[in-house]
Amino acid sequence: MDRRDSLKSILIGSVAGGMLVTGCAPEAPQEVQIPKEPFEGYGRTEPEKQHDREVAAEIFLNEHELETIAVLCDIILPPKAEIGGAVDAEVPAFIEFIVKDMPYHQMPMRGGLAWLDRHSNALHNLEFKKLTKEQQLAICDTIAYPGKTDPALMPGEKLFTRLRNLTLTGYYTSEIGIKDLGYQGNRPGVWDGVPQDVLDEHGLSYDKEWLSKCVDQSKRMDIAEWDDEGNLLT
Amino acid sequence: MQIIESSKTYDVAIVGSGAGGGMATKILSEAGFDVAVLEAGPFFDPAQDEYRNQLRWPWESPRRGASSDRRSFGDFDAAYGGWNLAGEPFTNESGTDFRWFRSRMLGGRTNHWGRISLRFGPLDFKRKSIDGLGDNWPIGYEDVKPYYDKVDKLIGVFGSRENIKNEPDGFFLPAPKPRLHEMYYINAARKTGVPVIPSRLSILTKRINNERGGCFYCGQCNRACSAYADFSSGTCLIFPAQRGGGKVELFTDAMVSEVTTDREGKATGVTYVNKLDRKTYHLKAKIVVMAASACSSARILLNSKSTVHQNGLGNSSGMVGRYLHDSTGASRAVFIPQLMDRKIYNEDGVGGMHVYTPWWLNDAKLDFPRGYHIEVWGGMGMPGYGFGFNPNDLNKITGMGSVGGYGDSLRDDIKRYYGAVVGISGRGESVPQYNNYCEIDNEVVDEWGIPVLKFNYQWTKYEVKQAEHMQDTFEEVLSATGGTLLGDKPGADRQFGLTKPGEIIHEVGTTRMGDNPKTSVTNQYNQLHDCENVFIMDAGPFVSQADKNPTWTILALAWRASDYLVDQVKKRNI
Repeated sequence: MDRRDSLKSILIGSVAGGMLVTGCAPEAPQEVQIPKEPFEGYGRTEPEKQHDREVAAEIFLNEHELETIAVLCDIILPPKAEIGGAVDAEVPAFIEFIVKDMPYHQMPMRGGLAWLDRHSNALHNLEFKKLTKEQQLAICDTIAYPGKTDPALMPGEKLFTRLRNLTLTGYYTSEIGIKDLGYQGNRPGVWDGVPQDVLDEHGLSYDKEWLSKCVDQSKRMDIAEWDDEGNLLT
Repeated sequence: MQIIESSKTYDVAIVGSGAGGGMATKILSEAGFDVAVLEAGPFFDPAQDEYRNQLRWPWESPRRGASSDRRSFGDFDAAYGGWNLAGEPFTNESGTDFRWFRSRMLGGRTNHWGRISLRFGPLDFKRKSIDGLGDNWPIGYEDVKPYYDKVDKLIGVFGSRENIKNEPDGFFLPAPKPRLHEMYYINAARKTGVPVIPSRLSILTKRINNERGGCFYCGQCNRACSAYADFSSGTCLIFPAQRGGGKVELFTDAMVSEVTTDREGKATGVTYVNKLDRKTYHLKAKIVVMAASACSSARILLNSKSTVHQNGLGNSSGMVGRYLHDSTGASRAVFIPQLMDRKIYNEDGVGGMHVYTPWWLNDAKLDFPRGYHIEVWGGMGMPGYGFGFNPNDLNKITGMGSVGGYGDSLRDDIKRYYGAVVGISGRGESVPQYNNYCEIDNEVVDEWGIPVLKFNYQWTKYEVKQAEHMQDTFEEVLSATGGTLLGDKPGADRQFGLTKPGEIIHEVGTTRMGDNPKTSVTNQYNQLHDCENVFIMDAGPFVSQADKNPTWTILALAWRASDYLVDQVKKRNI
């Protein structure tokens, strides 16, 4: 089994084992895919392609760590009936890559996960990923709220904050997450001002003088011509 | 190592393909010159899919657009390189922390810049006459105006005719309407007596010819435009020069190390390393145009020592590298509760701000010289790496939930605060100093064996005082939005949030122009005092930089210098 198949099985295995609640399509859980030709289709230079290939080929997090991350990812952003959660959005695979790409994440991540297992063992004599959901959430409740954490549990808070950040950023930069957010851009369009209902809601309006300086979008394809003073004629 | 001679002698060798090099390429090739353009990086054309970053989604990047050592401004930014270039270091004198952003690629940094295209005004060329500091330019606004006019028409810039004293109007395309957060800024600024006008960016809100498309409002100018609807040197100057049938030969991955000269001290061409085969070549040319960027051109000149030019080419005055200066910068942000839970629609707009504040206190009595303009940012942008970090810190302000946590409430937090933070940044004019300079570091070479630059740069009390004024203004204007200012107001211990020298990427002044060869490097036409067939057409010849972004002035001066060059050749003076 090569590295990619192994990763895939970890994450599918977790789902099949009932550790994670599956998303909107329980009969076909999303697989975590590490692309075979990683990430070369977006204007990369040769040194960049080479770098990304090397990073993708590295191994840092082990299977146990990735399984634990997958459990935490779906606690942080669980799937909903109408939209997938962090594991559906392949956030564990993103985290797997990013800790290799940004090595400053590595020791805090590894050490934090090890702390979490030690803490879990001390409480329940079991690793975190093997606890019941209720037990997992009870631990999360003690480390997920900065400012309210028992000083003895601070390593847990640090880990949870890091994972929450990476999970949210991984999720909201995924296709599922962008859909959840509702972001409407990144497509060709014509900007013709704030929609009227939004202006009304905010009690705002464009003033006439300002609008007179703005583009008439019906003439945007007409080639610009000016008089000698710089007044636009077209 | 054997140097490989070019068989041909070009009329002009142009070193660098950014704004200045691109303009020189266009004007000189159209005048019939046989031109060689040497660029230290690879070819780049955003219209070809293999180079395209535009309209990519964050998940297409494994690091979701995060910055890296290979692209400082993130995976989707068009500029290769950035604060560090592999194999091409620079050094700082102890106590200096100069930042130097370099982009090795056809078009250089014009591929990703903010497109803010401001003319210097009449006051900007004569600041010494006003405050007694630094030096006046040997030319005035009236000398450059015809070229600004031509640049406006050739390249296109949107804006509005405002008739403001030191912010000359031009031949503008119409402006885009303000976005919602910009309307909040307009209202707040007006309440505090700070003017706001439509911004002036070189983006085509209307077409200007049949070769370039119009803006389609993706807000991604920094990724380089596949429709050529914004200005970059490759798409708007070099490609048209090639299509125009001129004699333009492009040498990419050509790292120029020095300008060669003959026994009389006249330039004979340039030597360069071909980065692909690592061999050294000599390209012969009758005239050399340096446009490698202010610091890179200074480096090449300083490395071009000969019996005639013992301190480096053009450096009999000792001024090459001196008077290096960058813009000042400082920022602040505000959370505006009325912008919570926004209705979501596409407000990408053009790539950059739709409104800005030009410097408004030329006539005020202040405790610092020169001024700054204010840029505005915010809105419902496309998420990238870092989006969602600390997703509900603003709950501390609103009390609308806990900080931290997990589960579905995080989705609500993200949506509640999406687009609710607005920021403003000042960009100001520093006072050029003889003691702020770059020089050759004799102990360090880059991977091509070329001695590198060492920087010496300290801000003075003028810039620090200016940053303090910025912070006071930001506080006043942002408070007038009715929102809550974020972070602490930086105090004197942090130089009021003043950016590091170099960080604004407006470095200029290293080969300043002047009438006196003892105190300047070029004459008013960007021609070396010491060597008549070498011109500097990047921002090196700037005597002072105004609070304006330098690109539009680089373009205008390069056009003016190119016209002069053509005239001098016709008159057989070169």
